[in-house]
Amino acid sequence: MNTPTAPNGSLNCEDPHTRNVSVLRFVARVQVQLRPSVLDPAGEATKAAANRLGISGLQKLRIGKAIELELEAANREEAMASVELLSDRLLANPVIENWSVVLEQME
Amino acid sequence: MTIGIVVFPGSNCDRDLAWALEGILNIPTRFLWHENTSIDGVKGIILPGGFSYGDYLRCGALASFAPLLNEVKDFADTGGPVLGICNGFQILTELGLLPGALTKNQNLHFICEPCELLVNEASNTFLNGYAKNELINLPIAHGEGKYHCDLDTFDDLQQNNQIALSYSNNPNGSLADIAGICNKKGNVLGLMPHPERACDPILGGIDGQRLLKTFMG
Repeated sequence: MNTPTAPNGSLNCEDPHTRNVSVLRFVARVQVQLRPSVLDPAGEATKAAANRLGISGLQKLRIGKAIELELEAANREEAMASVELLSDRLLANPVIENWSVVLEQME
Repeated sequence: MTIGIVVFPGSNCDRDLAWALEGILNIPTRFLWHENTSIDGVKGIILPGGFSYGDYLRCGALASFAPLLNEVKDFADTGGPVLGICNGFQILTELGLLPGALTKNQNLHFICEPCELLVNEASNTFLNGYAKNELINLPIAHGEGKYHCDLDTFDDLQQNNQIALSYSNNPNGSLADIAGICNKKGNVLGLMPHPERACDPILGGIDGQRLLKTFMG
């Protein structure tokens, strides 16, 4: 590509063509939940407290984590790939946790 | 033969370990800051107990991304002895050097008490000072020490004699009473009990000495 250069030969950052690389912004919400086979003692204790509050009919209470993040990427696929890698390698431990992602493009 | 003790922000058993190794067993130690990128010729590595990175996200999760741990991984892969105690055990599972994970104690309590343990597998690097089926006493101090893994992994652990230590009276709900496991080669051991707190007779027992003495190698 023929990149316009400033008179001194360095990259001209003011050139509209180089500024115009489109970067999209996304917001992602990652939900991390203990796998069904893993005991959730905190959830059990909270469920017991809910019963003491007088809530009836409560069948299940499992505690997880919600992580909200904002990121920039060239497109939706790239953003999703980053969030999936992040979820699988850092935010959740697949040995004990499942995760899901909701990704939205920001205005 | 200098032993490296990895120090993370939030480690709190690093100095206890140095005291047990140097002060009682006369084994030289060196603290290795987690941001280092060299393990500097040490002959063994210990990941100490504590609350690395405040236990944020999951116990041991953030510590497993520390720059030094790439070196620890290479060291372990080439057969170097690596011991993880309590939070160190949690870090070893997050790092993938040991299978499974440590989750919240079944009764939700932080449990701090002496524990009777059964030595299942005396042939790995760290337990050869004990007799197979010997009962020993080491203290535990943890809120998240309930060992968990899937059934295939558990079968693997059993078949490869990786279940090194188990509780006589399971305090935390651990799968199959597991208190400590080693890797297949036997050069990486993770355990929830604290051997460094059972080295000085004044603390009520010295059953931890023989485990740490293996670093005299």
